[in-house]
Amino acid sequence: MQGEGFFFQAFVYLSAAVISVPVAKRFGLGSVLGYLIAGFAIGPFGFQLIGKEGQDVIHFAEFGVVMMLFLIGLELQPSLLWRLRGPILGMGGLQVGLTTAAITSVAMIFGLPLQSALAVGMTLSLSSTAIVLQTLSEKNLMKTDAGQSAFSVLLFQDMAVIPMLAIMPILAMKAVGAAKKTEEAHGGSTTWVEGFPGWGQALMVVGVIVFIIIGGLFLIRPFFRYVAKTRLRELFTAAALLLVIGISLLMSKVGLSPALGTFLAGVVLANSEYRHELEVNIEPFKGLLLGLFFIAVGASIDFGFIKAKPGLIGMLVGCLIALKLIVLLIVGKIFKIKHDQNILFAFSLAQGGEFAFVLFSFAVQNHVISNTVANPLIGAVALSMALTPLTLIVNEKFIQPRFGTHEKEEREADSIDEENAVIIAGFGNFGSIVGRLLRANGIGITVLEHDSDRVELLRKLGLKVFYGDASRQGLLHAAGAVKARILILAFNDHEKTVNIVHMVKKHYPHLTIFTRSYGRTEVFDLLDEGVHHVYRDTFDTSLKVGIDVLTTLGFRAYQAHRVAKTFRHHDEDATHVLRHVRHDKNKFISISRQRIEDLEQLMLTELLDPDEHIDTGWDDTYVIKEFGGKNKDKEI
Amino acid sequence: MKSFKNNILVLFAHPALQNSRVNSQLINYVKDLKGVTFHDLYETYPDFYIDVKYEQNLLLKNDIIVFHHPLFWFSVPAILREWMDLVLQHMWAYGKTGMALQGKKLFNVITTGGRESMFQHDGYYGHTMIEFLTPIMQSAHVCGMEFLPPFVVHGTRNITQPEIKRYGDDYQKLILSLRDGRVDLEAARSHQRINSDLESIIKTI
Repeated sequence: MQGEGFFFQAFVYLSAAVISVPVAKRFGLGSVLGYLIAGFAIGPFGFQLIGKEGQDVIHFAEFGVVMMLFLIGLELQPSLLWRLRGPILGMGGLQVGLTTAAITSVAMIFGLPLQSALAVGMTLSLSSTAIVLQTLSEKNLMKTDAGQSAFSVLLFQDMAVIPMLAIMPILAMKAVGAAKKTEEAHGGSTTWVEGFPGWGQALMVVGVIVFIIIGGLFLIRPFFRYVAKTRLRELFTAAALLLVIGISLLMSKVGLSPALGTFLAGVVLANSEYRHELEVNIEPFKGLLLGLFFIAVGASIDFGFIKAKPGLIGMLVGCLIALKLIVLLIVGKIFKIKHDQNILFAFSLAQGGEFAFVLFSFAVQNHVISNTVANPLIGAVALSMALTPLTLIVNEKFIQPRFGTHEKEEREADSIDEENAVIIAGFGNFGSIVGRLLRANGIGITVLEHDSDRVELLRKLGLKVFYGDASRQGLLHAAGAVKARILILAFNDHEKTVNIVHMVKKHYPHLTIFTRSYGRTEVFDLLDEGVHHVYRDTFDTSLKVGIDVLTTLGFRAYQAHRVAKTFRHHDEDATHVLRHVRHDKNKFISISRQRIEDLEQLMLTELLDPDEHIDTGWDDTYVIKEFGGKNKDKEI
Repeated sequence: MKSFKNNILVLFAHPALQNSRVNSQLINYVKDLKGVTFHDLYETYPDFYIDVKYEQNLLLKNDIIVFHHPLFWFSVPAILREWMDLVLQHMWAYGKTGMALQGKKLFNVITTGGRESMFQHDGYYGHTMIEFLTPIMQSAHVCGMEFLPPFVVHGTRNITQPEIKRYGDDYQKLILSLRDGRVDLEAARSHQRINSDLESIIKTI
């Protein structure tokens, strides 16, 4: 069968992940370490289920990193990115500069010529975006000072890769022409910018970036609206993937990092109504590919080499981590990160990055360094990456408790997310009134709406509305269900409401649910589901009509209001009584009838018999009875 | 513009007029008079959502304010109290800059089941009607208004139809005289209730 090989590989990767990740999580090691262990287990030095193709898998799975940056971009409002420009350029620049200088010096001490040493220094100054961000967000540390700083530095590093790739050939000690030839022979994807003069390349790069920003602002949203109109979920997923893949291709064609391009697109779309839906659609792919990436890294660690020269590798890993740690601590100190946050920041970034694999092989192609230098370093980088989750655990368990509590942390309010206390699903006539009332009173609401035309309209009206189907747990999650307090289900689909209630009760039991429903039967269903706040669509409106008709017929307005209130309470009582007997048809009907009769009796006596008023307080009929008829002159 | 000496605003409050015998008739004697604005609070605000601006404008346009209501627990019905709470705003009705009501006149038109003999120091209630109205009187003073003795209909529980008509006529006569400035206020203030001897306080010009 064709493709059997592929299925076998997929089977191996997936089972390794499914077996090792839960185990790693159980022992508190985090998923990244789980994947790495899985990779080691199936790799050439484990059960040998996969061979050297691990390297190819890495290249493919790097796409997971691209998707991760797209998702990170979606979370980052452009305004926030602008505010982070200081940390990104300052901290990132300082970290890359200082680390490059430090490692270059050490490399020269070990006898490398300046050019090679510089190549090694630059390459090793990078950290692993994938491992750091995945680990930090898994530990819920992304929003801390350390997380934000680490993110800023990583973002700078991603940008720094581009000039590094450009400098590499210049460092080559052989003729540039020869280097170029090998590069072409290597068969790397050709880019559009090749053969253009420098200014032409630069122009093209700027053009593509501008295109992504303008496209994100003006083309992508109508495109998604068009796709969303089909109401085919898989088509939206396809469109989301198309977007990410398209941008990656475009970026590669002009020689830029795809991760950077998709990150940019993410930022541009961070304010769009499709943000949450995009997150939900890309998230699983990102997760799988990133997992695959970690497995591949685990599998590609050359344990044969390490075994052969344990001392050398051990020293390299130790030096790498120590040097980076020291530089990071200094950078953190300069930028006044608080003590314990600084330690976390330094530990999280003290490893080599996945770009090192690319850069080292590029450097070897360009004859900047030799294989004998590159191979042990690649091994050291891979090991340092694998050690990161472990060092973070060491930091958490042993270092923080001892040194981390010097300063009390004053956490500022999270500015990144607009996580609101109230989520409204469905923003038609019903939900919008609820939402507007809340907004008018300063309550932040997150709105989910499944009708793309309406989303567009509401956005134009200046409301923050997100496109998406609330029955998907992922979307609710992205909308902030974990931190929200109230969920309002305001759409007109009973089945869907019940399903969501089910799901929410299971995953977000802390949410108080408010639902609308059409009639009494639906109310019964929802009460049975444990929803306490159920509102019949038409109940208040019909009562209002009743009041107005009574008034028009000559009733006193206040009297009409009072009787409507009486009616309301009576009816709500009846709902609770009838709910418990509704499966017994005869009983249900007899009690219903009795209830209706009771109510009508109550109201009619109010009208006909002055002795039986509902609101006796305003009437002195009773008082007359007790205290005074005409013949009773004596008063007490 | 102003064709009468005093414009009169009757703020009427009865939560169950449909069951009323006396008030439902009394109001007919005044509600359509020229120069008189009859304002039925329970009918206008069945949900108690009082339009403060509108009410204040009404007050500005009138010179004499009448609280017409049955006596509930020796005080005004709930909506009238709510009206006072909301409409008589600080810096509008009282306070340093609260001059809007300066010089206006206020009095109550009250129906009560208790006979006049009960509203005596040696009677069942131990206080006179005007004493029970102390909070209203003081509120009027705080707002710079002149408080006049109330128009009281006693013993409504067994009042006869001719008596109701007589009270109605008196009510109308008083309102018209006030409107036209024919009431001797000095004389009026000497009475416990303004309608105890109507003829003596109305000037005939």
